[in-house]
Amino acid sequence: MAYQDVVAFSGIFGLIFFMVLFAGVLIYALWPGNKRKFDEAARMPLKED
Amino acid sequence: MTDEQPRAVAGTTYGAGALLILGAVLGLFLMARAADPVMGFHGFLFVAFCVLGVYWLIARHSGGDADAGRAAAQSVRYNDAVVRAGVVASTFWGVIGFTVGLVIALQLAFPVLNFDLPWTNFGRLRPLHTSAVIFAFGGNVLIATSFHVVQRTCRARLAGDLAPWFVFWGYNFFIVIAATGYVLGVTQAKEYAEPEWYADLWLTVVWVVYLLVFLATLWRRKEPHIYVANWFYLAFIVTVAVLHIVNGLAVPVAWSGTASYSLFAGVQSALIQWWYGHNAVGFFLTAGFLGIMYYFVPKQAERPVYSYRLSIVHFWTLIFLYIWAGPHHLHYTALPDWAQTLGMTFSIMLWMPSWGGMINGLMTLSGAWDKLRTDPVIRMLVISIAFYGMSTFEGPVMSIKAVNSLSHYTDWTIGHVHSGALGWVGFVSFGAIYFLTPVLWQRQRLYSLKLVNLHFWVATIGILLYITAMWVSGILQGLMWRAYDTLGFLEYSFVETVEAMHPFYVIRAAGGALFVIGSLIMAYNVWRTIRGDLREEDSVSSPQTIAAAPAG
Repeated sequence: MAYQDVVAFSGIFGLIFFMVLFAGVLIYALWPGNKRKFDEAARMPLKED
Repeated sequence: MTDEQPRAVAGTTYGAGALLILGAVLGLFLMARAADPVMGFHGFLFVAFCVLGVYWLIARHSGGDADAGRAAAQSVRYNDAVVRAGVVASTFWGVIGFTVGLVIALQLAFPVLNFDLPWTNFGRLRPLHTSAVIFAFGGNVLIATSFHVVQRTCRARLAGDLAPWFVFWGYNFFIVIAATGYVLGVTQAKEYAEPEWYADLWLTVVWVVYLLVFLATLWRRKEPHIYVANWFYLAFIVTVAVLHIVNGLAVPVAWSGTASYSLFAGVQSALIQWWYGHNAVGFFLTAGFLGIMYYFVPKQAERPVYSYRLSIVHFWTLIFLYIWAGPHHLHYTALPDWAQTLGMTFSIMLWMPSWGGMINGLMTLSGAWDKLRTDPVIRMLVISIAFYGMSTFEGPVMSIKAVNSLSHYTDWTIGHVHSGALGWVGFVSFGAIYFLTPVLWQRQRLYSLKLVNLHFWVATIGILLYITAMWVSGILQGLMWRAYDTLGFLEYSFVETVEAMHPFYVIRAAGGALFVIGSLIMAYNVWRTIRGDLREEDSVSSPQTIAAAPAG
């Protein structure tokens, strides 16, 4: 694989990888079913001394 | 079950004792066969470390348990002793590191203070300062707070009996080896990774044990969800391990000598170095301290995290973007142009997670904004988040190639680093130390909140003097370097730019002195709190104080 090919591949692969990853994070964070769990987690520091 | 417990502890104690004795023998061997005097000295330090370790094990085995009385009051029997040690070590190293910083600031303003001695030369003291503040102060704060936070948010005792203590003492021993090495002229000359190969190997062992203690504690958790602060701490521990190992790859000249050659050369070496260097900022000084923010700000404000969803997006975007930003340290060098542009682009994208995190931290105070007036510890934490926002705005601006062509190699960079280091890292650490001291020593409150207030103002004015002086001097310096006359010759000689810096170096040193004074005030307050003293004072929150404030 030539240097140029590596550069081109990593550009395209990086774009797809990061977009998919970011979409996954957003879906996980905003999924309505997770809301209760996250609201509870937000209070976690306040539970112990 | 009950008789098995002590025997298991004794077993690991014997094992640790045997390892320490082996270590002492290795140290003696190094002393005898050392290829250079510094290695001989470090062999001696290693012997001392191992012998003291054996003594410590024996003393610990025959001593009582300081936390036994407290256990009844807690739902889980937390390991607070190692966190207490971390708080004391952080305070100690903070004062040392800031003071060395003041010394080198004065050396830049008044070169006679180099004393013409090799050991006190700026070139040797500068890594002493950076390592003391980042790794000794910051590292101890991170280890102590991570051990505290992971226990409380998992509602589980820290894993391991001796392992957390090995992390604490082993890490501090690494600091001593690194610091004495710098002063005696031993360095591998990589910025923020100056310790030589043998210190690097030791740190790798300590760090892997740190990771295992942290993971094992998470594994034991009684909460179903892993709290966001622990994610940040975990990212910090894992990434620093990877960065440290790759950047530290080197071939020693001799097994009994201090010198080594890096595995990398040329532009590859530069890229690896700044991949390491910028992620020391991103993961050591940012991710780790964001872990502190996500626990101690809700704690001190007594409010839940503003948006837990935002904290998840903050975490994943921050860690996936930061790791690519390193090449912005190598603009206009032999690094391929596309790699420079990549570094710049990722740096600019970092605006989003950085400011998302800043907003999340600040908004955690919603419903508790009045505390800003009444609680100086909260004020410290909020100012730290404000400085975080400011320096993470400034950083991406400076990573833009056109801006970088002016700012790079000038004092602007130094100012930028210090608004992040003094403002963000320093203040969030002070806030955590002020929170932890009464909790860990079971005091009703801090010795004096007024002294916290004084620390806050003295240090804030110090930072402002520092960064404004460096902005002016940096831009002045950059403009003088690129000034040409009508014939195309450089307008100024280098020494003329140095001369122009002088007043700003004096102002910077004055700011640094104020910051050092602030840290001494904190050390005094922490010491008196530990002793169990309470200063008679109107609570800062009492109505009289508030009413009197405008008049006084």
